[in-house]
This record gives sequence, C-alpha cells and structure tokens, in this order.
Amino acid sequence: MDSLEADGGPAPRRVRVDLAGRAVRRASYSRQELEEQTQVGEVLIRGLVRAQLALALSLAGVVILLLGTLPIAFALFPALGDVYVLGLRLPWLLLGILAYPLLYVVGWLHVRQAERIEDDFSKAVGPTQDPETNGPWQ
Amino acid sequence: MAVSGSPYALPAIIVVTVLTIGIGAYGLRFSRTTSDFLVASRSISPGWNASAISGEYLSAASFLGVAGLVMKYGADVLWYPVGFAAGYLALLLFVAAPLRRSGAFTLPDFAEARLGSRALRRWSVFFVVVIGWLYLLPQLQGAGLTLRTLTGAPYWVGAVVVGVVVTVNVANGGMRSITFVQAFQYWLKLTAIAVPAFFLLIVWQSGGFADLSGGQAPTFDEQTSVRVDTGVTVVLGEPLTLSVDGFADGADVDGPVRWTAGDHQIAAGTVLVFPDGAAVPHVSGLPALSGQTWAAPLGSGGGSPDHPLFATYSLILATFLGTMGLPHVLVRFYTNPDGRAARRTTLIVLALLGVFYLFPTLYGALGRLYTPQLLITGQTDAVVLLLPGAALGGLLGQVLGALVAAGAFAAFLSTASGLLVSVSGVLSTDVMGRGSVRDFRRAATVAGLVPLVIAAQIDRLDVSQVVGLAFAVAASTFCPLLVLGIWWRGLTAVGALAGVLAGGALSLTAVLVTVFGGELDGWPGVLLAQPAAWTVPVAFAVLVVVSKATAARIPPNIGRTMLLLHAPESLGLGRATPS
Repeated sequence: MDSLEADGGPAPRRVRVDLAGRAVRRASYSRQELEEQTQVGEVLIRGLVRAQLALALSLAGVVILLLGTLPIAFALFPALGDVYVLGLRLPWLLLGILAYPLLYVVGWLHVRQAERIEDDFSKAVGPTQDPETNGPWQ
Repeated sequence: MAVSGSPYALPAIIVVTVLTIGIGAYGLRFSRTTSDFLVASRSISPGWNASAISGEYLSAASFLGVAGLVMKYGADVLWYPVGFAAGYLALLLFVAAPLRRSGAFTLPDFAEARLGSRALRRWSVFFVVVIGWLYLLPQLQGAGLTLRTLTGAPYWVGAVVVGVVVTVNVANGGMRSITFVQAFQYWLKLTAIAVPAFFLLIVWQSGGFADLSGGQAPTFDEQTSVRVDTGVTVVLGEPLTLSVDGFADGADVDGPVRWTAGDHQIAAGTVLVFPDGAAVPHVSGLPALSGQTWAAPLGSGGGSPDHPLFATYSLILATFLGTMGLPHVLVRFYTNPDGRAARRTTLIVLALLGVFYLFPTLYGALGRLYTPQLLITGQTDAVVLLLPGAALGGLLGQVLGALVAAGAFAAFLSTASGLLVSVSGVLSTDVMGRGSVRDFRRAATVAGLVPLVIAAQIDRLDVSQVVGLAFAVAASTFCPLLVLGIWWRGLTAVGALAGVLAGGALSLTAVLVTVFGGELDGWPGVLLAQPAAWTVPVAFAVLVVVSKATAARIPPNIGRTMLLLHAPESLGLGRATPS
C-alpha cells in the first residue's frame, strides 16, 4: 500500500506486480479513499447511496401504482366495488387478503437487491480489514 | 349486552398476566447493565426480534379496533390494517438498515448524532414522549373496555391492572425480558384470533355463507335482548314495536312500546328486547349502512362520509409513514446485530403481520351477522370479544371467547410495555437522569403513571381514532426527519428543527381539537380528523426549504456520516477515526 501512496514522493520504487496482488492493492486504495473522504471516495459512497435510494423509490413506486391508485380507481369506477372474484367483492379481496402477500413480495425483492448492491460495493472497496462491527457513532 | 363474555375469560386473562410477569422475571436474571435494559445488548436473532416487534406492535387497535371499525364502516377502513402492515414496508425500504448502522440508541440519539443539535434532541424527546403517551392511552382504555365487557367491572379497573402490571414489569426487567415477553405475545395473539376464526368460518359456511353485502341494514335473526350499559341515543330507520324495561325517552317504561322512526334516548341499565327480524337501530352519529354501502368502497369514508377520498388518502399516508416514527417500533431496531439483520427482521415482521391482519376483517364482517346489537351502542370494539360466544354458543363458544380475551389482554400488555420502555428510555437519559438503571426505573414509574391517571379520567375516547392520530403525529415529525436525515445530504439542524416543529404543531393541534373539541363537519372536520394528508407534506416542505436556506450549516462530516449509514458494517468504514 505504501508504494501506491508514494505518488508525490521522490522516486517511485520499482515493485513486482502480479495480478492478484494488484487487485488487493487497488481495493485497499478505495477503502482508504473512502475513509479520507477523497473525491474518489465521495464518488463511491454517492454511488452506493444513489443505488439504494433508486431501489427503494422504485419499489415504493410499485406499491403506489398497485395499492395507492385503488381509492381513485374505486372513486372513478364505482362498479369495481360490485365485481365478485372468487366469491368476494373485489375491494375486499384486494385489501383484505392480497395486499399482504404483495407487501411481502416487495419487501423480499428489496432485501435481495439491497444486499446485492452492498455486495458490489464491498467488492469494489476490498476485503474486510479489522471489522469493527458494532462501533458506536463517531 | 345480552351477549355476555365467557365465564372462563377472567381466568384466561389472569393466566396471561401471570405468564407475562413470570417470563419477565425469568428474563430479569439476564438483565444486568444499562445496555441490557435499553437494547438487550443487541444480541437477538431476526426470528426472535421479528416476533417481538410484531408482538409489541399488535395493539388494542389491531386486536380489537380494526374489527370494530370494519363492523361499523366496512370496506373503507380495510386501509387501517393494510396501512399498519405497509408501514413496515416503508420502514424496510427507507429506514431499517441505515438506522441500525447509525448505532444510535433512540430517536433523539439519531437526531443529535446526525445533525449535532441539542435543541433538535430536546424536541425529539418531547415528541417521543407525546406520541408514546398518546398511544398508551387507548391501550389502557381498551383494557378497561375489555374487563367491563367481560366481567362488568368498572371501566377504571382494567386500565389500572394493565397500567400497574406493565409499569412494574418494565421497571424491573427492561427490554431484555420484554423481548421474550413480546415474542411470546405475538404467537399468543395469533393463536387467540386464528383458532376461533376457523370455527367462525365453519359456522358461516354451515349457514351457506350468508351474504353480508345485501341491500338491507343488519337485522336480528332471533328475538334478542340488549342491555344498555351507558346512556345512548339511537336512531330507528322505521317504526318498531319492542319491549323495554327501564328508562327511555324521558319516562319509566316496562313492557311493549311502539317507537316511531327517529331518535330515541335510552338511559343506562335499560333492557331492550327486539323481535325476530327487526332492523338493528344504530347509535346516533353512526350511519345505518345498508349492506351495499358497507361493502362498497368510499361509502362511509371510515367515519368521514363527506370527503371519503381525502380521508382515505390521509389515512393511507398516516399509517404508511407513521409506523417508522413510532418510538416503540424504532427502539427495537437497535437490538439487531447489524443493518442486514435489521432488514431481514423487518421482512419477517411483514410476513407475521400479514398473516395476523387477515383475521380482524373476518371478525368485523361476521359481527354484522352474529352480534349486530353492538351497533346500537356503537361499542363495536367489543366484537372480537363477543363474537365467538354469540356465533358458536355452548362450551366451545365460551372457551374460544376466553381465548380471544386472553389475546386482547396480551395486546394491551405487550404494546403498553413497548411504549413504556421507549418513553422511559428517553426520559431516563434526557430528562430525569443520565440513563443509569436506577434512573430507568424511576423514569418507567413516571412514564407509566401519567397516562394511567389521564386514562382513568377520560372514559369515552375512541380507541382506533386516537391510535390513528398518534400515527399522524409520528408521520408528521419523525418520518421526514428520518427519511431526509438518511438520504439527503442537504439537511441542516435548523431545517430539521423547523420541519419537526411545524409538522408536530399542526398535527398535535388537529389531535387536540379532534379529541377534546366538538364535532366539526365538512372540510374542517375531515382536515382535523385525518390531518396527515396536509401535515406530512407541510413538514417535508419546511424541512427542505429551511435546510436549503441554511445550506451553509450542512454538517461538515456529512460524507463520513453517509458512509456510516449506508456501507455494510463488515467493511468497518466510517466507524473509527482512521489511524
């Protein structure tokens, strides 16, 4: 690592490079940039936050589209309230029963995708180094 | 009521209460330090944690109130349970993992750590306590109602029993023991509501799935005698000959009378005997919905018939966004080991709540068939308690009636415990001491006594409506603070404080006018009874606008904070100053 930091130093030392070693160094470099709030670190963390927010907003959009539009739909087309499906009136079937599996499926998709985004971020940043898992704020 | 509670109900309630105290005492052996008390040392697995969160969340409003509302108002109030569950989806999408990663203990901790403002912290403490107490009131009152319905005990007895049991339990065990208790309570509540529902379905099926959405208002399908416990004015749709024993319309009556269509005043203690096939009169102020209006959406507006669409959207906003701002919900997230566990816990909660909320709707709907006399007094909150006995009868009905009574008590005990833990948590660290175990115990005593005194004073306060208003206040204060605090770098302490105060002041005003003021009609009525649709956007707007105006005061370490909130813990980023 110190070899990579030596940018502004007198004469760059020659180092032996192999592929695996380079990957490790590259990753650790990102980690340091994140910790020191350099521009590269900024870009990395902004990318992570943006990806997670986009995921959350798009899934919220799915719920708004499928559930949130129901009152307006019932107001515009009152006849929907009289439609029977599987022996139940449509509003009762949708709100009394089907809403719950829908919420769960959306939640499941979110957990899966959010963990993927985090895994990608972890790969970009590098291997775990003295994990201080439950440290308090600051 | 002619339909009375089961004789086994009281023993069942006592068993639940003793079990709660017993499990609490068992957990006490593990509670040693302040950290144990407040957040159970963060060592609880997602499965346990999710059961505990659900157990804590399913309150009097969910166990009794939803069915009562469905019975009264029909399709429009199906949004209550959907919103109560969907609140956890909003929490999952926007808050769960980052909040856990923040490492903050309580909402005021989060506010202060994110924005570094003592003033914001103090106001957060204020709103945690306000929302907590607002939510505690209906739990204690639900307990009073339940004991009165089942045993005829005075209203204050149930409130005092639950208040004292919970206060002593929390003061002695803190949250570690509460986690065990809460997890146990979820499974008890699910059993208590699901098993009788199974038998109710059989009864309904044997009656050929009698249609609930026909053109008529509910009728008595046999001669029914009804005892009126508190004085009430009922509205008759058509003239009716019935037998009255007691005091009605300003005169002593004993025997058959012919009542005209319109209002009739009935004094407490009066017994009415309705003939077979009579239409059920409704308490004044409650519309006598035909089956058609009841079953169709936007028919009743959930009690706001003038502007049902606005009321519905306001309710959706309050419940979807309010859950994340409830202090007793958030405090549970600190007990997850990390951000990922927080997400998985929330997902399990969504499943557990989704299963539970299938049942109250069924009770509310069948209540119109088997216990229509509850519409006379308007006390439909008792439908879950009385339905098994009324529909099934015999020993089976009594045993199942005792089971739902036990579940209802579990609901009051668990939610009240959770609320008390979070209110005492912030009181002990911010107002009454420095967060030592002794401070926590003192704070728990105060936090439990205050709502107990208020609850004993106010006899009639609508359980579900107060809960809905607590959601509206939470959605107008902590929801914008959390969502913008987690996702938006531009938030400043001044902006957050202005937004929280604006949303909090507006929604609290609406709450106070609705609860203590008179009935308002038209737009003012619906804007105050369902305030979220305007107070939540106002709160968000004020947060954003004032933050932009004070952009120079964005916390300088915002990049590090974002790293801490959003990067997986295993990377160890943003958690310690780089060496």
